[in-house]
Amino acid sequence: MMSEIKKIKNLKEFSTSADRFEGANLLCPGCAHSIIVREVLNATNDDLILAASTGCLEVCTAVYPYTSWDASWIHIGFENGSTAVAGAEAMYKALKKKGRLKQPDRKPKFVAFGGDGATYDIGFQWISGCFERGHDMMYVCLDNEVYANTGGQRSSSTPIGSSATTSPAGRTSYGEKKNKKDMMAIMAAHGAPYVAQVSPSKWKDMVAKIQKGFATEGPVFINAVSPCTTEWKFSPEDTISIADLATDSLVFPLYEIINGTELNITYRPKNIIPVRDYLGAQGRFKHLFTKQYEYLIDEWQTRVDAKWEALQRREEARV
Amino acid sequence: MAETIELRDIEVWDGNMAASQALRQVQVDVVAAYPITPSTPIVENYANFEANGYVDGEFVMVESEHAAMSGCIGASAAGGRVATATSSQGFALMVETLYSASGMRLPIILNVANRALGAPLNVNGDHSDMYLGRDSGWIQLDAYNPQHVYDLNFIAFKVAEDHDVRLPAMVHQDGFMTSHTAQGVHTMTDEVGYGFVGEFQPMNDMLDLDHPVTHGVQTEEDWHFEHKARQQHALMTVALPKIEAAFDAFEKLTGRRYNLVETHQMEDAEIAVICMGSSVETAMEVVNELRAQGIKAGVVGIRVFRPWPLEQLAQVLKNVKAIGALDRSSPHGSVGMLFNEVAGTLFNTDAKPVLTNYIYGLGGRDLTKAHLVGIFNDLKANMDAGKPTTPLQQYIGLRGPKLSFF
Repeated sequence: MMSEIKKIKNLKEFSTSADRFEGANLLCPGCAHSIIVREVLNATNDDLILAASTGCLEVCTAVYPYTSWDASWIHIGFENGSTAVAGAEAMYKALKKKGRLKQPDRKPKFVAFGGDGATYDIGFQWISGCFERGHDMMYVCLDNEVYANTGGQRSSSTPIGSSATTSPAGRTSYGEKKNKKDMMAIMAAHGAPYVAQVSPSKWKDMVAKIQKGFATEGPVFINAVSPCTTEWKFSPEDTISIADLATDSLVFPLYEIINGTELNITYRPKNIIPVRDYLGAQGRFKHLFTKQYEYLIDEWQTRVDAKWEALQRREEARV
Repeated sequence: MAETIELRDIEVWDGNMAASQALRQVQVDVVAAYPITPSTPIVENYANFEANGYVDGEFVMVESEHAAMSGCIGASAAGGRVATATSSQGFALMVETLYSASGMRLPIILNVANRALGAPLNVNGDHSDMYLGRDSGWIQLDAYNPQHVYDLNFIAFKVAEDHDVRLPAMVHQDGFMTSHTAQGVHTMTDEVGYGFVGEFQPMNDMLDLDHPVTHGVQTEEDWHFEHKARQQHALMTVALPKIEAAFDAFEKLTGRRYNLVETHQMEDAEIAVICMGSSVETAMEVVNELRAQGIKAGVVGIRVFRPWPLEQLAQVLKNVKAIGALDRSSPHGSVGMLFNEVAGTLFNTDAKPVLTNYIYGLGGRDLTKAHLVGIFNDLKANMDAGKPTTPLQQYIGLRGPKLSFF
């Protein structure tokens, strides 16, 4: 029952190869969520059992009496998309053991999607439980660094200096004060067999990682940068170029961690661009470009440089 | 295939073991659970069955009760038989997902060993958690002893999984008083027990890969009301008759009879208490003693708490002159739930009994026979006076000065 890894020739063929996620949905024009979901679903020909936590993706794709999903899909609440799909995976195993599967020769993949609020914050415990138990599932975080569905409140993924509605920039504040939680390290520390950070703009890298994840037995964590036109405040046609700025400034480095120890950097930008350029392209950081707060941009650059250095050291050390 | 267990005709089981054995016999496909006193042994017993090859489904020990019900929902939507167990704080943590399970029409069975809700923290039995579930859209069946726990589990699966019902069901028992008190339990063989419930018939199952389904959609003001109304419709018009039919079928199979509303000495009763859980049996003993003194006393036990058996209860109470509604949960700022339900049940009928409310047994405090004798004395005085001779609500068995309201 070992499934074949799907061969993909080019972007055009890839983008239209399996429409299990319909274009008919209510996501904002320019939303990266739909691009990421499509890239995940199109990476395999296998059957899929999907879950979503409450959030943009969920409220925009399953409004009764419509659905955007041509694969079985479940939503329960904000915190438990991971456990919903883990429950379905447990049922699959039970029915397989008992010989009651309707299509016994087909082995579906189990995938849960959640935003950074559902992943870094409210659903953190549920994800941790699923990974500790070792369900055969993939968890994909659509990381747009904010509670976008409810109008832009900060999450523990919101980066320093970003203006969010519950951490707004103002006369005496530069916005969010805390550094973004390092979910990649936390999930790798669970001993997960495969953890990877991806960007929808680097689609070949992303598909390779998704396929690697699907070929992995056990829980897989994918953190996908999802530029949010509405909350990051950029023009809807710029989604992919903003994602490129995120990876090429190394604010979102692309790497994978295998079995909690083996770290591989999978993308090294030919021209590393200054973090300033990434921040400057988004309205949420606009206030940093003032005399009062400009020092934060330098701090950003120092932080990103240090992280990149640390990743490279870990890649060499293999621990 | 799981190994069978040759049970004796009568086994000495506490309520928790009775629940575990029922779950084993109906061959649950997925149990996702988290332990909490006093329901913990249900999960431990089940783990032991699994460790020794007596069950062959999946047993998933999750990291919280919320995750337990979340996993049950995912498993049930995938298409198979699902159950779990909890109590008290764990039940409270589950509440969000209880509404999801019923709204998504998933036939999950939840065994609840009833326990108080903190603060102050308390591990003993009262009905606070059971009452917390009463608007959650689940069928709620109440056991008074381990035999009932065993039997009602089979009935719960049969009703919940019926394609016309498709609603989750709770089987309640009193924490410690029932869950940890061993009694003789008449058993069914593995074959007979499984046969009563039958093979699980999936519907809208996510694992039917040729027919994808979307579970847990969003509806706003356009459709939400209709969905909730439909759920209520199923509870009221389908679940109640199906529960009665399951009671009939179960009686045919085992000779043991259950009713939506249980009665003891109610045919000619002038005064009666209405209560739930193990207190029903204590009250029955007291009534037997009062009857020997010529007092026409009776007991009404609620067997099916949700959906509320309004018509059946009105019928049972129609000639009673004074009723004491006994609530084992603090209503905090109002009269007790049973008082309200009984009042609502009788308000538009010709029966106009004197109705009073007793709050008792919080946090595992005993309800003694002497307490009940005192209550029946009140009820007799109320009947003779034709009006309440006491405050509407009295706290029974409380230390310190008497407490009463209204």
